[in-house]
Amino acid sequence: MPNRPHTVRIIRQELTEPRFLRWTLTVVVLGFFTLFLILPLVAVFMSAFSKGLDAYLAAIREPDARSALWLTLLTAVIAVPCNLVFGISAGWAIAKFDFPGKSFLTTLIDLPFAISPVISGMVFVLIFGRSGVFGSWFIDHNIRVVFAVPGIVLATIFVSFPFVAREIIPLMEAEGNDEEEAACVLGASGLQTFFRVTLPNIKWGVLYGVILCNARVMGEFGAVSVLSGHIRGLTNTLPLQVEILYNEYNFQAAFAVASLLALLALVTLVLKTVSERHLHQG
Amino acid sequence: MSIEVQNVSKRFGSFEALKNISFSVPAGQLVALLGPSGGGKTTMLRIIAGLESADSGTVRLAGEDATDRSARQRGVGFVFQHYALFRHMTVFENIAFGLRVRPRRVRPSNTEITHKVEELLGLVQLAFLADRLPSQLSGGQRQRVALARALAVEPKVLLLDEPFGALDANVRRELREWLRRLHDEIHLTSVFVTHDQEEALDLADRVVIVNHGAIEQDGTADEVIERPATEFVKDFFRFVKRGASGGLPPDDEARGNRPTPND
Amino acid sequence: MGFTLFYLCLIVLVPLLTIPARAFSLGWEPFWRAISDPRVVASYRVTLGTALVAACVNAVFGFLAAWVLVRYRFPGRRTMDALIDLPFALPTAVAGITLAALYAPNGWLGRPLSKLGITVAFTPLGITIALIFIGLPFVIRTLQPVLETLDVELEEAATSLGADRLQVIRRVILPYLYPAWLTGFALAFARAIGEYGSVVFIAGNLPMVSEITPLLIVTKLQQYDYAGATAVAFVLMTISFILLLAINALQGWSARRLAN
Repeated sequence: MPNRPHTVRIIRQELTEPRFLRWTLTVVVLGFFTLFLILPLVAVFMSAFSKGLDAYLAAIREPDARSALWLTLLTAVIAVPCNLVFGISAGWAIAKFDFPGKSFLTTLIDLPFAISPVISGMVFVLIFGRSGVFGSWFIDHNIRVVFAVPGIVLATIFVSFPFVAREIIPLMEAEGNDEEEAACVLGASGLQTFFRVTLPNIKWGVLYGVILCNARVMGEFGAVSVLSGHIRGLTNTLPLQVEILYNEYNFQAAFAVASLLALLALVTLVLKTVSERHLHQG
Repeated sequence: MSIEVQNVSKRFGSFEALKNISFSVPAGQLVALLGPSGGGKTTMLRIIAGLESADSGTVRLAGEDATDRSARQRGVGFVFQHYALFRHMTVFENIAFGLRVRPRRVRPSNTEITHKVEELLGLVQLAFLADRLPSQLSGGQRQRVALARALAVEPKVLLLDEPFGALDANVRRELREWLRRLHDEIHLTSVFVTHDQEEALDLADRVVIVNHGAIEQDGTADEVIERPATEFVKDFFRFVKRGASGGLPPDDEARGNRPTPND
Repeated sequence: MGFTLFYLCLIVLVPLLTIPARAFSLGWEPFWRAISDPRVVASYRVTLGTALVAACVNAVFGFLAAWVLVRYRFPGRRTMDALIDLPFALPTAVAGITLAALYAPNGWLGRPLSKLGITVAFTPLGITIALIFIGLPFVIRTLQPVLETLDVELEEAATSLGADRLQVIRRVILPYLYPAWLTGFALAFARAIGEYGSVVFIAGNLPMVSEITPLLIVTKLQQYDYAGATAVAFVLMTISFILLLAINALQGWSARRLAN
């Protein structure tokens, strides 16, 4: 029985720190978490409801808030499936095939993680903006990309595309090819093999990646801030709306809108924990 | 140093691992704890080492009650089934470990440590591997390093948990002979755990057969084969190979303490 | 298949290449002037300095947290463990305004702190606190799996050889953890350098004092100083790339250390 993990063992007195030290460390760590995690979380909701339930509901129902919500959801509905498709094809290609530049591709996928969201957004301004590479073409055809919805969606896709891929690639690599080969021999077509054999095996990884991707998509701020025209009711996502309200000193409304995002974050955490458990069981 | 185990019981949750076990190991003897997997042998060994605590009963080392003493203070050497070598340290440093962590007052100097480690490397015939990392060694070599490491602190008792379990049959046999010769040389009180009948009969002065947390029989190799105390023991040795002359393999005859039965 | 993917690659690589292209398009002189302007240099100092301090704090507390979470048992452990990913899940703008409100002079934490003479809002200290929040999961999440797979037998072996608890930790456990620990630190640092949303609210963005480089880039963009913006962005990007390479190297080292 190699590698008996620590959690399984019965802890003998001398194989762990003295009780006093254990207590102190636990308290210190919990204090740290309370200060940095729990306090902010509580603060969001308390500030949102600081003027009572009616004010809270009014802030959420406000037209600008509603269009911000709508834009956020629209972006998510476009960006997440795009990245899902990309993630799965990247996973498929990397796990099943060998081609030159494969490791380069994997590093490339990590790129949006490494660079500042501001730079990610800026890149699109440079390309599609008035003085940009393709900018003039779009302007001529009366398509506004920068400072408009398409720009926001594009930048969000760029910033969040690693999430699904990063979960799927190691999963598919670990799964191996045996089952797919068996299906092939039994006469299944490529697509059939994919949907009936491959996908069920990686479904929890896919779900996990989608959850993370969605959280990032709905919460993206830096990149979108650069690309958005900040036009209320038109080119504001929820995070941008939060910024506007806060900068106007309309704190209660800002936190009310923020609380929606905080709720999203909590739901994300729950779903994440659940799919993680399934991921490790499988 | 002798070992006396008296009325030791141990349970893990609702599972009774050991039920009122008693046996003793006179100083200098090599004893095997033999039995099927899950029978409690390893638990017993770990209790002697101080790595587990018994629910009831006592463990005496050299006549003194050691039941409440920690694993650090018992002066036992423990060899793990999967070696537990420190992966980031060279072979030399692994063996030197026990000497380096001694309290400052009694810590040997660097020269003394080097001398001792080299002596042990010679003993286990691995001097040429002193600067290697464990990952660069074969299974048999790693086991010998684990043994050298345990011996470095001059324990009064040597405990081995399925020492050859993870090795190929050939390597196992070689190491078995080698361990026997080592024991004959240094006469260190030793207890080893195994589920391999042949190994136990071949190697040990005495065999303690443990099954379901209780002792089935405690005796020499011949006693357990020729006069099995229970149905289980008889059954357990059903397939054990006897040597061509009807006795056990030749090495044991050389030891002179096992008469060969008539053909 | 590979072909389609290379095509997609281009969608990532080419856009990023526009930055150096634009940055250098106006020539070396204006480029150098843009990136060595005092205000810009001050922003490098603020960005790198606060990121470093925050990453160090996370390295220390992250280590303790991973240790406590993996090895000790206490009520609420599982919930706490799940909450650690909050900085990942929470939109940066929400974190930004919340921290700004908490540490403002009249905030829940800001008020008692100002009584002690400590101002957080509009100072690098505020930035550091925001960056601690944002980097919190990294060290913990890289250390946890390594701690969990640490074979207890190693500790048992060391103990039976006579080592006391401190020696076991120092000589057996820590060397095993160093690569992952360093990786977590580097990840937290890299993330902190590019962070925007959680910082801009609490920082106050006072030039030369609490202005971070990402914000400076945005400011320049808003003023249509594209050349200046791309120049500074190029510097930031280069630092990020170097860190990315370093992190990949660290992860490789870590994998080799743990391999049997």
